[in-house]
Amino acid sequence: MKALKVKMKSDKNLRSNLITFGMVIGVYIIMQVLLAAGVVSSLVRGLLVPLCTYAILAVSLNLTVGILGELSLGHAGFMCIGAFTSAFFSKCMQEAIPIAALRFTIAILIGALCAGLMGLLIGIPVLRLKGDYLAIVTLAFGEIAKNVINMLYIGVDEAGLHFSTKSSLELNLSENGTVIIQGAQGITGTPNDSSFTVGIVLLLITLFVILNLIHSRDGRAIMAIRDNTIAAESIGIPITKYKLMAFSVSAAFAGMAGVLYAHNLSTLSATPKNFGYNMSIMILVFVVLGGIGNIRGSVIAAVVLTLLPELLRGLNDYRMLIYAVVLIAMMLFNWAPACIQWREKMVYRLKSRKKLTKEAE
Amino acid sequence: MSFLQYLISGLSLGSVYALIALGYTMVYGIAKMLNFAHGDVIMIGAFTTYTICSALGLPPAAGVLAAVVLCTLLGVCIEKVAYKPLRKAASPLAVLITAIGVSYLLQNVALLIFGTNTKAFTSVVSVNAVRLADGQLTITGETIVTIVSCIVIMAGLMIFIRKTKAGQAMLAVSEDKGAAQLMGINVNGTIALTFAIGSALAAVAGVLLCSAYPSLNPYTGSMPGIKAFVAAVFGGIGSIPGAFIGGILLGIIEIFAKAYISSQMADAIVFAILIVILLIKPTGILGRNIQEKV
Amino acid sequence: MAILEIRNLGISFGGLRAVDDFNIEVKKGCLYGLIGPNGAGKTTVFNLLTGVYKPSEGIITLDGKDITGKRTIDINHAGIARTFQNIRLFKELSVADNVKAGLHSQLRYSTMEGILRLPGYRRVEKQLQEQALELLRVFDLEGEGEVLAANLPYGKQRKLEIARALATKPKLLLLDEPAAGMNPNETQELMETIKFVREHFDMTIILIEHDMKLVSGICEELTVLNFGRVLCQGTTNEVLNNPEVIRAYLGE
Repeated sequence: MKALKVKMKSDKNLRSNLITFGMVIGVYIIMQVLLAAGVVSSLVRGLLVPLCTYAILAVSLNLTVGILGELSLGHAGFMCIGAFTSAFFSKCMQEAIPIAALRFTIAILIGALCAGLMGLLIGIPVLRLKGDYLAIVTLAFGEIAKNVINMLYIGVDEAGLHFSTKSSLELNLSENGTVIIQGAQGITGTPNDSSFTVGIVLLLITLFVILNLIHSRDGRAIMAIRDNTIAAESIGIPITKYKLMAFSVSAAFAGMAGVLYAHNLSTLSATPKNFGYNMSIMILVFVVLGGIGNIRGSVIAAVVLTLLPELLRGLNDYRMLIYAVVLIAMMLFNWAPACIQWREKMVYRLKSRKKLTKEAE
Repeated sequence: MSFLQYLISGLSLGSVYALIALGYTMVYGIAKMLNFAHGDVIMIGAFTTYTICSALGLPPAAGVLAAVVLCTLLGVCIEKVAYKPLRKAASPLAVLITAIGVSYLLQNVALLIFGTNTKAFTSVVSVNAVRLADGQLTITGETIVTIVSCIVIMAGLMIFIRKTKAGQAMLAVSEDKGAAQLMGINVNGTIALTFAIGSALAAVAGVLLCSAYPSLNPYTGSMPGIKAFVAAVFGGIGSIPGAFIGGILLGIIEIFAKAYISSQMADAIVFAILIVILLIKPTGILGRNIQEKV
Repeated sequence: MAILEIRNLGISFGGLRAVDDFNIEVKKGCLYGLIGPNGAGKTTVFNLLTGVYKPSEGIITLDGKDITGKRTIDINHAGIARTFQNIRLFKELSVADNVKAGLHSQLRYSTMEGILRLPGYRRVEKQLQEQALELLRVFDLEGEGEVLAANLPYGKQRKLEIARALATKPKLLLLDEPAAGMNPNETQELMETIKFVREHFDMTIILIEHDMKLVSGICEELTVLNFGRVLCQGTTNEVLNNPEVIRAYLGE
């Protein structure tokens, strides 16, 4: 009996994880078949990599918001750091490492590592704050990251790297030197290494690491801290360590999403649209609509909510309006206590009616 | 001289932030929610005045009045339809995301009506500029009106909260909704009133903001909204004098950063100072520190 | 031999002396009661003992080791575990996971082993599950291992909190009003459980309690606190018959 119970629990997690992986792989296979059949419009084809990017972002933010229980509005900042560090590396090493797969693998590691380190650095002072204060500070961090990158000029020549915050002329490059990051214009000519397949593989890796982390000793400690910090401390769980772990792992995967994003574009620049607080908020919308703490939900919400405005494209000017209305309506439907009650009542009625008809038969 | 000139611009911008932050902080204090749509109410207010004055050619006073009335109604409606049903939701994030939805909605409604093109806003202020020190120092009419109205409104709010029944009810509801209800306070009415006042302030702030910086598009409100939120946190969210101080400080820091360091970096500097302040004093300058009882 | 020795413990909040000149000596294996009127400073003593508050003065020695002013987690690792007056469970975790969180420092594997599901993960998780169930069985909770802690009835939540505290393998267990909100039957059952825990785990227990039936039923020694000061100290019989104690409780 005892052994049975042990097995049941891990089986349940395992099955749930397998459904999530199966779902992602299934969608991948279907897409590949459709792509081979040539029935996918160029619009949808262009969305495949961004979809993976957003799904990774949503899953990783869910680790902070759902599992650690802290509100972060700076997720796009970590994505930004991952994007720029990796694009910088790829641009520099384009000739030195001609094998794309190897170069891109290193780029992914660099992007994730830099973002994760930044998460750690930011997390150490900032995670002492709670709730809305933490939210505003992470938002501030994201804006700072975007701002700083926008005024950064970096070039390279025989003498090594040159930095400036004013203009590319002030880099004093030699004749053979090239400007790599050009202030607000960002990085141009990043090798186009991202693809749908790479995106799916990275999404699977993200899911694998984060799901397994959640269902382990560390995940339990993180959730204990979320549910009751004082009690977690009283049973000897090191609070800071686990808060930092969750926060920096979350940041590292956001950085990885940034790598994917950067290598899908020929020009990478930090605009309010892609790395501003609006992006962080959009990712948060995925997390909340998909279910706080529900990893599979994050993936689904990211995909549906990214496709929704695209599917509404025919409606032109009205599409974002409809998106907004749908968002509000879904939030009310999912979260308002009155709605939840009404839904439960409906389900109950439906069930009892079924029962009645069965009994009548 | 230029230092003084910058200081005055800072005070002027800070007063606008303070007005928005007052609305933010009141709503936060009472509903315990970050009303992300607050910045877009500012934009709606400015567009209303623009329509009345520039398109219909009516006098500025009518434009301001219309903006205040419309935004008040809008604020109350938003609260009733989108926020109230979620007041007892399982997660505080639910209402936050809904507020984001409302923000998108307002932006896109404005986009449909007015288009993406930036409109030139005609200042509603007809006060003449004051020149001091042989014309080396200019204080524009907009600056004078902005600073004066901010101070008057803040003082008015403080008196309203201290001296009137409705104001005391607000304090009670922000402290403990359940207990306030048991004491016979109309909690729903009080929350609606808070949204009404906050949105009216946003309308005034929108008109003043666009009078000083006369460009208007559907996204005009979002960055000032975020900054005002930062100002409210700066001063200690929930505190009215805190919002005022936070707003003024933020305006001054922003203008000085633009003038003396780098205009590109101004926002980054503002946010960096916010982080430093919160790390030193985690609940803002005038915020109360409430410790969890074990 | 005393497992816990407190000398001259005191703390002030603003101008208020919440605890003043508090001395206590608790023998190993003793069931010790801390009683007193509301606001006497009982929970504050627990908070000082577990590092939630730092004492203004005084020395706390656990098993010969000075633990004064240490951090809460270090004190837990040194061997003190507690429950809370207002129950603090991990509500969104299952009952078994609550206990497993308590076993956090006892049974370890690395983060990498957890993420990559290496053999260490499987082995230790199995031990975790077995030990958690064993502890739950003591409190008659083994059937509810997969229930969310938030969904447990009140009395069982209190028991689960004790189980979680015990999971940290403490030398000293602090129970803050374990019988609060229980009916007489549940209290009776709880008394048996506390006695069993003391025997089975060879535990020293200090408990704060208002239920005099429970206190006189299981405590061997008592300290009475009043206005932050020790009013009376000694064996349960002595203390409960002390006229000063009766006056503090019943008024004059």
